[in-house]
Amino acid sequence: MPFNLLVLACLCYAVLLFAIAFVAERNMQAGAARWLRSPLVYTLSLSIYCTAWTFYGAVGYAARSGLEFATIYLGPTLVFVGWWWVLRKMVRIGRRQRVTSIADMISSRYGKSNLLGVIVTLISVVAATPYIALQLQSVTLSFGVFAAAGTYGWAMPDTNATALWVAAGLALFTILFGTRNLDANEQHTGIVTAIAVEAVVKLVALLAVGIYVVWVLADGPVDIFERINASALADWQLIPSRWSGLIALSAAAVLCLPRMFQVLVVECGDERNLATASWAFPLYLAAMSVFVVPIAVVGLQMLPAGANPDLFVLTLPLSQGQGGLAMLAFLGGFSSATSMVIVASIALSTMVSNHIVMPLWLSLRPTREVTGDVRRLVLHARRFSIAGVLGLGYLYYSLSGGSAALAAIGLISFVGVAQMLPAMLGAIFWRGATRVGATAGLCIGFAIWAYTLFLPSFGPGGVYPLSMFMEGPFGIGWLRPQALFGVAGMDPLIHALFWSLSLNTAAFAIGSLVSFPTPVERVQGLAFVNVFDTERTEPLAWEAGQVETEELLKLAQRILGDEPALTFFEEAASAQGTEGYLPDPTPEFLDALERKLAGAVGAAAAHAMIAELAGRARVTVADLMRVADETAQIMEYSGRLEAQRAEMERTARQLREANEKLTQLSIQKDAFLSQISHELRTPMTSIRAFSEILMEGDVPPEVAGGQARIIHDEAIRLTRLLDDLLDLSVLENGTVQLDLRLASLNELIDRALRAAAQVRPDRVFMVWRDLPSEALFLRTDPDRLSQVFINLVSNSRKYCDAAKPELRINVKQRGARVIVDFIDNGPGIPKDKQQIIFEKFARLSDQTRAGGAGLGLAICREIMANLGGTIAYLPAQGGAAFRVTLPLRLEKHPFADAA
Amino acid sequence: MARHAMLIEDEPHITEAIRFLLTRDGWQVSALADGLEAEAALRAARPDLLILDLMLPGRSGLEILSALRADPGFAGLPVMMLTAKGQGRDREAAERAGANLFMAKPFANAEFVAAARSLVSVEGQRA
Repeated sequence: MPFNLLVLACLCYAVLLFAIAFVAERNMQAGAARWLRSPLVYTLSLSIYCTAWTFYGAVGYAARSGLEFATIYLGPTLVFVGWWWVLRKMVRIGRRQRVTSIADMISSRYGKSNLLGVIVTLISVVAATPYIALQLQSVTLSFGVFAAAGTYGWAMPDTNATALWVAAGLALFTILFGTRNLDANEQHTGIVTAIAVEAVVKLVALLAVGIYVVWVLADGPVDIFERINASALADWQLIPSRWSGLIALSAAAVLCLPRMFQVLVVECGDERNLATASWAFPLYLAAMSVFVVPIAVVGLQMLPAGANPDLFVLTLPLSQGQGGLAMLAFLGGFSSATSMVIVASIALSTMVSNHIVMPLWLSLRPTREVTGDVRRLVLHARRFSIAGVLGLGYLYYSLSGGSAALAAIGLISFVGVAQMLPAMLGAIFWRGATRVGATAGLCIGFAIWAYTLFLPSFGPGGVYPLSMFMEGPFGIGWLRPQALFGVAGMDPLIHALFWSLSLNTAAFAIGSLVSFPTPVERVQGLAFVNVFDTERTEPLAWEAGQVETEELLKLAQRILGDEPALTFFEEAASAQGTEGYLPDPTPEFLDALERKLAGAVGAAAAHAMIAELAGRARVTVADLMRVADETAQIMEYSGRLEAQRAEMERTARQLREANEKLTQLSIQKDAFLSQISHELRTPMTSIRAFSEILMEGDVPPEVAGGQARIIHDEAIRLTRLLDDLLDLSVLENGTVQLDLRLASLNELIDRALRAAAQVRPDRVFMVWRDLPSEALFLRTDPDRLSQVFINLVSNSRKYCDAAKPELRINVKQRGARVIVDFIDNGPGIPKDKQQIIFEKFARLSDQTRAGGAGLGLAICREIMANLGGTIAYLPAQGGAAFRVTLPLRLEKHPFADAA
Repeated sequence: MARHAMLIEDEPHITEAIRFLLTRDGWQVSALADGLEAEAALRAARPDLLILDLMLPGRSGLEILSALRADPGFAGLPVMMLTAKGQGRDREAAERAGANLFMAKPFANAEFVAAARSLVSVEGQRA
C-alpha cells in the first residue's frame, strides 16, 4: 500500500472525527441530542482505557508473558463491578464540587491547596509522558509495518520524523477541538462523541482480525485450543506476586489516570450512566481481550521468528495479503492511539493551566483587580500545555529509542499515576486525612517511582550509568535502584510498585495523623466523605455583605464571558426574588459563583479570587464553630425547614423592597406635584404677564409682536408637556394604537442618531456600531421604537461628560429576541439610583434643567412594555449602559388579551 | 434718582416681562440668570430691591437669601421671593429665610408692580 494512501487514510479519518465532534457539539448546543449524554456514549468513551497498548501491545504481551496480559483488564473489571460505589462517590463529589481534573479534586479536598494541585499536575504530566510516547511509538511502528512489507516500492521515512508528524498532528487536532471554548463544566461533548466512535472502530477492527485468525487462518475454536496447547504459551506459569500486583496496579490506574478521571468524572453528564457502565465497560474489555491469545499463538506459529509480536495484529493479515483487513487494523490502532492522546492532553492541559499558570498569574499580576481577558489567557495556557505535553511524549520516544515493548512502557506510567491513589482514596473516605499527609505521601511515592522505575527505563547508560544498577549510587548497596534496602531478586516493576506505594501510604498515614487539618480542610473533608449524607449543607459559607456584587460581576464577566455571566447573575437575582443583574451577595450566591468559576479556572484559583474580593482570605471563627458543630448542623438542615426559611427570606425581602419602593414613590409623588406645578406655572407666568400688557393696548406694535411670539412659544411648551403626560398615560393604560410593520433596525438606529444630533450639537460624539449585526428586519412599531432609541442617544449626549465622549451600540440576536445595548463612557448611574431612573419625573438632580420634565425614560419603559420588550440598566459596563430587549416579530399587541 | 431693582431669574421670558413692567413704572432693572454670581453683583450694584426666584440653577434662592441676611450690609435689603411651586411650605421657608414678600407665579402685573413699590417705599420711610 503506497505511503501516500496510508497518510491520506489517516487524514480522512481525522477529518471524519472532526466532523463528528463538530456535529455533536452543534446538536448539544441546540439541546437536540440527548443520546450524546447516554450511557452508551459514556461507556464507549471510557474505552480510552484501551489504548494502542491494548490494541497492539496486548498481543505482544501475551506472546511474551502468556495470560499475564489479562491482569491489565481484570483490575478495571474488578473496580467497575466490585468498587462501583467508589466510582459513584467520585462522580458525585466531582459534580457537586465542579471538579475539573484529578489535581483539582485532590487540591480541593485538602483545603483548596494549590501546592497539592501542582504536585499532582507534575506527577500526572511526568507519568503520562511515557504513555504518550507509547502511542507515538505504536503509530510509528504500524507505519513501519506497511513500509517493511516492501512490495509497494516505498521506503519508510525516518521513524523519528514520522513520530514528530504524528505528534504535531495530534496536538493540532486536540487544540482545535479541546480548547475552542471555556466551558464552566469543563465538558467536551464533541470530543467525547468522537472518542465513542473511535471506540467502536477499534473494537470492530480487533474483532475482525480475531475472527479472521480463528476462522480463516485456523479451523475454528477447537483448532485454536489445540494450537494454544501446543505452543509455548501453555507452559506459562502464574507468578502470584506479579499477577496480583499487576491486577492491583491496573485497578489503581483506572481510578487515577488523568484521562480516565476526565471521562469518568468530569465528562459524566448523568450519574446514572455509571450504573450501565459498571457492567458494559467490563464487557467491552472482555471483547477487546478475547482474541488476544489466538492472535498471539497463530502469529508465533505463522510469522518468522524475530517478528515483533506487538505488531501481529497488523502483520498477520498483511502476510496473508489481506490489505483491506490490515488497513482496518491500522485504523483501529490509530484510533486507540489518537483517542488516548487527545483526552490525556486535554486533561493534562486543564491541570497545567488551572494549577500552574493561573496561580502564577494571580500572584504575579501587579494589582488585585482582574484586568484583561482571563479567558484568553486560560485558553492560551491550555493550547501551549497540549503542545508541551505532546512535545514531552515525543522527547521520551526519541530518548528511549522507541525500542522497548509497548506493555513495559505502559506499566511505568501506571505505577506513576498509582501514586495518587492513597491521597485520593483518603480524600473520599478518611476525614482525618490532611494536606501534610497527602503532600508527603505524593512526594515520597513520586520520588521512589522516578528513582526505581522511570529513570531506569532509559536503560543502562541512559540516565544512570551501569554501575548504578550494580553497586548503587556512590557504592551504597542498599540504594540500588532495582534492589532497595537490599531486597534483590524481585521483579523490577513489582519492586518499584511495592516500595513506592507502601512508603507513599505510610507517609500519607503518618503525616495525616501527626498534623492538624486546617478549617478549610475539615470543611472540605466533611463535604467529600459525607457527600451522600450532606445533600443540603453548604460547607464553607461565605459571609454576606462584605463584597460588592458589581465587582463580582466584573470578575465573572472576565472569566465566563459577558453574556454567560450576565445570565448567571440575572438568574441568581430572580431566584432571590429581585429584578435586574445584581443579586445580593448572600453566602449561597457566593458559593454558587465560586463553583461556577471553579469550572473554568479550578477550585483553588476561584476560591482565591472570591476570597480577595470578599476581603477574606482566611476562615473566621464562625466557620470554625460551624465545623465543630457539624453534627448538629446536619440535623438542623432538614429539607423542609430550609425551603421554608428560603421562602420566608424571599418574601421578607420582597416586602422590604416593596416598602422601600412605596416610600420612594410617595416622596416622588410629592416631588411630582411640585414639579408639575412648576412646569405648568413657569410658562403661564410669561403668558399671563405679556397678555395683560397687550390688553392694556399702549405698546408699540414692534414690541407687541415680540411679546405675542413669547406667548406663542410658551403655549407650545405647555402643550408639549401635556402631550408627554398624555402619551405616558396612554402607554401605561395599554390603550395605545401600535402601527406594526417591518422595519430595518439599521435604519431605525440611523434615524435615532440623526435626530439626537441636535442635543448639545457642539460636542463631537464617537459612535461605535457593528453594521452587519444591525442587518435585521423587525416587525414592530418603528416610530415608537425609534422614540426609545432617540431618548437613549439624547441622554448619552446630555449626560456623558467624558473628555472624548463615546457611544457603543451593540446588537445581538438571541432566538426570537433582539438585544440592543447602548453603552457610553460617561459617569454612569450610581447604584442607588438605578432602580428609580425609569420612574416618572425621576431626574437625578433637581438642579439639572438641561432636559425636559424627567419623563423620557418613563415613556421608554412604557413603550418597551407595549412592544413586548424591556428596557433595563446594565451595571458594570464602564459607563451608562441601557439594554433594550424586544421580540424580532411582534404579532399582536402584548396587552391585547388583557384589555 | 430711579429706584434700582435687581432680578435673579433663570427663565428668560419671565425676566423680560418683569423688566418691561418695572421699567415702565420708572425703575432701573438689572437681571442675572444664575445664583452663583448673585452676591458679587449685589455688592457692586447696591440695588434698592432684590427680586429672587426660588428655584435657580447653581444655587437656590433660599441659599442666596440666607447668606444675604447673615451679612450686616444686606440685612435691611428688601427682598421679594418668586416661586412657581406655589405651596405653603415654600412660602414658610422663604419667610423664615428672611424674605419681605412672597409672590406666586403667575401673578397679576398690577399687583406685582404695587408690591415692588410698597417694599421700597416702606423701607424708605423706615430709613
